[in-house]
Amino acid sequence: MLEQERNIAAWFYLAPALILLAIFIFYPIFNSFVLVALEDYNYLQQTYDGFTLTGNFRNVLNDPNFGQAMLNTMLITFVSVPVSVIIALLISVWLNAIPIQKIQGFFQTVFFLPYVTNAIAIGMAFAFMFNRRYGLINWFLGLFGIDPINWINMGASYGNAMITLLIYITWLTLAFKIIVFLSGLQGIDKQYYEAARVDSASRARILRRITVPLLSPMIMYITVTSFIGAFKTYTEVIGMFGERLGPPGDPNSMTTIVALVYDALDRSGVPGAMSEAAAAALILFAITLVFTFVNMQVSKKRVHYG
Amino acid sequence: MEITLQNLTKVFQSKKEDEVVAVDNLDIVIPSGKLYGLLGPSGCGKSTTLFMISGLLKPTEGKIYFGEEDVTPVPPEDRGIGLVFQNYALYPHMTVKQNIMFPLENLKIDKKEGLKKAQEIADLVGIGHLMDRKPAQLSGGQQQRCAIARALVKEPRVLLLDEPLSNLDARLRLQTREEIRRIQRETGITTVFVTHDQEEAMSISDEIVVLDEGVTQQVGQPQDVYDKPNNLFVAKFLGTPPINLFDGRIENGKIMIGDAYIGKSEAEDQEVTVGIRPEGFKIVERSSFQVEVEFVETIGRDTTLIINHPNVEVQGSFEDPEEEGDVTTVEDTEFEALNLEMGSGKSIQDQKTFRAIVDADYGVQPGDTVKFSVKPHKMHVFNKETGELV
Repeated sequence: MLEQERNIAAWFYLAPALILLAIFIFYPIFNSFVLVALEDYNYLQQTYDGFTLTGNFRNVLNDPNFGQAMLNTMLITFVSVPVSVIIALLISVWLNAIPIQKIQGFFQTVFFLPYVTNAIAIGMAFAFMFNRRYGLINWFLGLFGIDPINWINMGASYGNAMITLLIYITWLTLAFKIIVFLSGLQGIDKQYYEAARVDSASRARILRRITVPLLSPMIMYITVTSFIGAFKTYTEVIGMFGERLGPPGDPNSMTTIVALVYDALDRSGVPGAMSEAAAAALILFAITLVFTFVNMQVSKKRVHYG
Repeated sequence: MEITLQNLTKVFQSKKEDEVVAVDNLDIVIPSGKLYGLLGPSGCGKSTTLFMISGLLKPTEGKIYFGEEDVTPVPPEDRGIGLVFQNYALYPHMTVKQNIMFPLENLKIDKKEGLKKAQEIADLVGIGHLMDRKPAQLSGGQQQRCAIARALVKEPRVLLLDEPLSNLDARLRLQTREEIRRIQRETGITTVFVTHDQEEAMSISDEIVVLDEGVTQQVGQPQDVYDKPNNLFVAKFLGTPPINLFDGRIENGKIMIGDAYIGKSEAEDQEVTVGIRPEGFKIVERSSFQVEVEFVETIGRDTTLIINHPNVEVQGSFEDPEEEGDVTTVEDTEFEALNLEMGSGKSIQDQKTFRAIVDADYGVQPGDTVKFSVKPHKMHVFNKETGELV
């Protein structure tokens, strides 16, 4: 009896969270599975021509931009995530080694700034920095006698545009990683480092054999969340290239899977477009699930939990 | 390897720009192949001294020699030392084997040879069968031995131990201190260890130095230091239960506590503090030192009498500096030194009682009146002002 009363009370306490989750998370997920199963679903008229199992997925695969989106998303994920994790790790180790508190605090703030700044705004600033004629980057390269490179302007090659995008994404995602790593580093007992010094370990070995293993839970967490984040890349592309999703003259060359979803949603009046968006989202969901699972498996062997 | 500390001084600078002298002009020679104890209360500079020998702390002034070589400018990684931290600082993600191998890998020793060495040293300290365990799967004593093995495996010139027994329970402590003694004897390596526990220091060291507030109080063999303390501090610090202190005076060559005559002295008349070891009392038929027994504690072979006496000098007790499981790092010693300056750390025992350990055969009961004579070699007389031996 008492048990039951308690249960009722518990449900009441949980209700606000559950209601919000149900409306904004569970229902949309459920609904996307429903949408995917409808053929030629018209969002405006709420009509459809029966059911299909694979039709909408086929529509996504037949999308002229699908191959490009897949390639770009994979490139962004498998380049920007490892690169930014490694750079963030090195920067945090360096920051952590700064003995003077004030200087350390200053640099922490500097490195954290991108996190609290709007991705679109920084994207525009970056686009300007990489401008062929006025950009800071080409000016700097010019100091070494390097001819201006067409990064993202009219006629820019796919490679150049992608490199610029990767640099931008890597830089943008560094901030959060550095903060997490830094807090992790500060939690490592200093005696391990004293012991390692007495044991004549070189700095590189200390990093590899002491710091990285002891930081591995943080590295794991950051890697998993970064993979998920990178698979969902979209804002950064808009910030840098605008709605065109590519350098002028080469639209959609920088498109991503999430961009496909939004693109389909944009055409929501067309029969089947909503279902195509749902199908693209589910494909992304499946990819993310698989890679997260792989990550978790790797972590079982590699991560040391205190 | 003989270690010479010459005018070794360490000054810590706190934020408010007041300086704390943690180690003050330390001049000691640590003989080769011996087990040497650095003994003192919390914040006396003993760990600071150890960390300076290791190279993890740089001395403000003075020099450190290993044999003839001046190692003062040499960083810890090149000093050839083994250091066992108070909490062992075993790498938690490595197995025992990997922990022991780590210093060898850093010295680029051939893997096969390294493994052989690691096994040998693990066998020596008695953890040879636990090579594949992680530190968390070891008991405190085993962790400690693993830390010693890691320190010894690279055949250091000097082995340094920071409060090696403070994280162990009482029984393990006894066992491990004998173990440390044995390992030290077997390897013949010059070993310096830090402790606040006088019993621990006395039981295993070949030689000890007693430090207080960074200043050497006395150097010598443990029994000598105990029997012939140079000053009041040393007398108070060594011995459990602690030495009894009385308000006394020297009058015409007689040492007096109140009206009681307890011994002779050749010193001139003065006010003195009389220190008498608890085991320094003998129950006799006739004496002017007559007291009434308050409590009696019988522990096996002897009896401790607890006696109220108006002339007992109230002494501050030495606070146990490190709580169980606490850890000193280089930074902590700095902090501790700064803390001491603020006058924390000592509590007052304000009971005017003293302890006398006598043979259980006397059958003394609470409330009995007994007469004491004092064994002259268990009594030390100190100048009231300076605390120096009279």
